[in-house]
Order: sequence, then C-alpha cells, then structure tokens
Amino acid sequence: MHIYCKDMEGTVHELPATEEWSVMEIIREGGIPMLAQCGGSCACATCHVYVDPKWKDKLPAPTEEEIGMLDGAFEVTEDSRLGCQIFFTKELDGLEVTLANGSV
Amino acid sequence: MTEAVQTDVIIVGAGPIGLFAVFELGLYDMKCDLIDILDRVGGQCAELYPEKPIYDIPAVPVCTGTELIDRLMEQIKPFSPTFHLGQMAQKLEKTAEGKWRMTTDAGTVLEAPVVVLAAGGGSFVPKKMPLKGIEDYEGKSVLYAVRKMDELRGKKIVISGGGDSALDWAINLQPVAEHVTLIHRRDEFRAAPDSVSKMRALVEQGAMDLVIGAITGLEGADGQIAGVTIKEADKEVRQVPCDAMLAFYGLTMKLGPVADFGIAFEGELVPVDTATFETNLEGVFAIGDINTYPGKMKLILSGFHEAALMAKKAFTYVHPDRRYRFQYTTSSSNLHDKLGKED
Repeated sequence: MHIYCKDMEGTVHELPATEEWSVMEIIREGGIPMLAQCGGSCACATCHVYVDPKWKDKLPAPTEEEIGMLDGAFEVTEDSRLGCQIFFTKELDGLEVTLANGSV
Repeated sequence: MTEAVQTDVIIVGAGPIGLFAVFELGLYDMKCDLIDILDRVGGQCAELYPEKPIYDIPAVPVCTGTELIDRLMEQIKPFSPTFHLGQMAQKLEKTAEGKWRMTTDAGTVLEAPVVVLAAGGGSFVPKKMPLKGIEDYEGKSVLYAVRKMDELRGKKIVISGGGDSALDWAINLQPVAEHVTLIHRRDEFRAAPDSVSKMRALVEQGAMDLVIGAITGLEGADGQIAGVTIKEADKEVRQVPCDAMLAFYGLTMKLGPVADFGIAFEGELVPVDTATFETNLEGVFAIGDINTYPGKMKLILSGFHEAALMAKKAFTYVHPDRRYRFQYTTSSSNLHDKLGKED
C-alpha cells in the first residue's frame, strides 16, 4: 500500500504506507524531511498538507482541535489537514497529499 | 564591555533536559546559569503541549507538560540556578583563561568552563508569513511582536491571526491606532472568551474591522508597507491600505546562532560521544533532542540519562583538582546536605 506525496518542488513521491501510521509518519519514513516539530501531538501545525479533494469522503472529519491548530498554518484551504491527524487505513491506499508551505 | 558573570556551567535551553541537568550538575557542586529565548522555563513542554499528558516518565504514570516542568523546578530548587530568560544565546568564544564566554542577544555575558547545549529543536521564534517580498518589510512595517506600542500610534494597522496574541494586540492597539483591521481565516477564535467578546463588541461598534479571509500579498516600497491584498471566501480579492501589519501564527523552532558556535553539526543535530555527551569542542556538551548518536531516541527520558553522564565529565573541567565520587542520593549524607535534607 502507498500514498502519493507531492513536495514543494512539485515532484510526486510514491511512499510505502503502513496501517495505523499517520500520514506525517509515512511521509517522514519515506525520506521527506517534514518538520512536524511537535512530533505528532497536534500542537504545532508544521505537518500541514493538502489532501486531494477526491479523497475527502474517505477521511474521518478533522477534530475541533485539528481545525483550531490549523489557525497556526499558512495558506489554509478547504483541503487543509494536519498530516499527524490522518491515520492510514487500507481504504486510503493511493491517498494523494501535497505538502503545504511551512511543513518542510 | 559588560562584566562577565562567572559560573560553573552555562546551559542553553531551559526545557526539561536543561532543568534536569541542573540537578545532576548540582549534586556534584556545579552552579548553573540557564539561557532561554522564551520568557518562561519549560521549552516545548511549556510552549507546545502544556496541557497534554505525558505517560513515559519513569515512575510518573501521567503528568502534563506543565506538571513535569513544575516538578523539575521543585527538584532543582536546592541548587538555586540563575535564569536568563527571553534571551537568545548568540555568541560563543574562548577566553584567554581557557573558559567559554557566552553572549546573549540581550547583552548578558557569562563565563564558565563548561557549556551544555540542551536546546531541543532550537530557538522558538515567531512563524513568518510566506508572502512574496515580505523580507523587505519584516522588522520595519511587518512585525511579529510589538516592542513599543508608541511606534504604532496613529497608524492604520492590519493584524493577521486568530489566537490570544492577535486578539490582545487588536484590542490594545485599537484606542491608539488610527484604524485596526483584524483578519482571520475563520469566524472562530482560539483565544480567551473575554478577549473574543471585547473584540466582537469593538467590531459591533464600528471601532474595528474584522475580515474573514487571508492575506495573499503585500505592497509598498523601501520597507514601508502601503497595503495588503485580502482574499475573502467567494469574493474578489481587494486591497486594504495600511501602515503596519502584525502577524501572529504562533512559534516555530529554528536552530539560530548555535549553528555558528564552532560545534560540529550533522544537519541540525550535534553528534556526541555517548560516554560523555561531549561535542567536538572540549567542555561543550549536547544533551536532549539536539544531539545525535547511534540508536538515539528523542525522548525526555533519554535526555535525563544523558544529563547524568554529561555531569560526570563536566565535573573534570569544573573541579579538576577533585576526585569524582560516585554516590547515591538514597544513602549519601553528603548529597542530603546539598539537597537540604536532614539525615
């Protein structure tokens, strides 16, 4: 199983994905130096990604905490999520995300 | 020149590891001075997760970031460390006597035979907005902190952000500014309820503007901003004229001047010898999240262990004429004296 991660230069990386891992962890494990400064505790907004809209229905909705934390991110859109708060399941095989400004 | 404060150990970073280092060093008669860019102790525990639970501190089944720091402060109290808060360690040099001299951005000068980097992920600094050409205005008319409110008197100010800092400054500057426009991405604010009510009342009275949207561009010349471009949902972009913009998006960690201290780095981490946690520089140690070695795990408990081993080697620099005597706090009356405990 994989996710696809587009970096700041526009290059798409196919990254091996493990169930239960967060998208932030999958991106880091895949060798992309995502900042994720708080280590995945939804406390810093430096793992901000855009999720391709076609995957939106497959993702659990963000919690109030995650929505609040996105206030500390830049260029937030309707597709904005924190990578540390999306947990990979086999239904998400092929998930497409794009790194946002401030996440690397 | 400012007279240097003489101490035994200069610790850069007053997070959990820097604080526990005071304990381990104190047991062996080493006095510590700590420098931290934040205006309070605690580092990431205080800034990122004060209310979040930590479950992996040995023998403490659960505590919050704030509780951990409070307990460490209680634990190190007998050693009376000196804190230099709200200051960034800026320059490290060797003195003619062979000591280390550290200068902070506030002009504090400290001298000691030992320096301990316990700087975690670096210095907490405000997040900078990723807008084209913003560097030309930063520190002049685009600000991430307010030092002198007077400089903003009579000006048209745009404030971006939705937390306590954004709201506090919007409310405080409203009476002195010509006009304040608060811009936030959504019509909800993560701030003290009282501040939110005050801000909404000012908007209601027409004393302040609130725009739900985002700043997408800046215009101006020679460091002086003239206006910002604002995009509101489902609307055309528009310009809002202003003389100053304040942006409050929280803090981020940047390595900062420690990178130029002459310490060897691997990326943003400092390789250390795992017997002593010493860096390539004699008498300069690195403990906690900032160091790296084979098998390193970025855990608070790893940093505690590293602090104990560091202290053993630091002792040889601070007290070269004395023999290191390994003792247990349980049984040593000598250590009990230092901790202020009666036998």
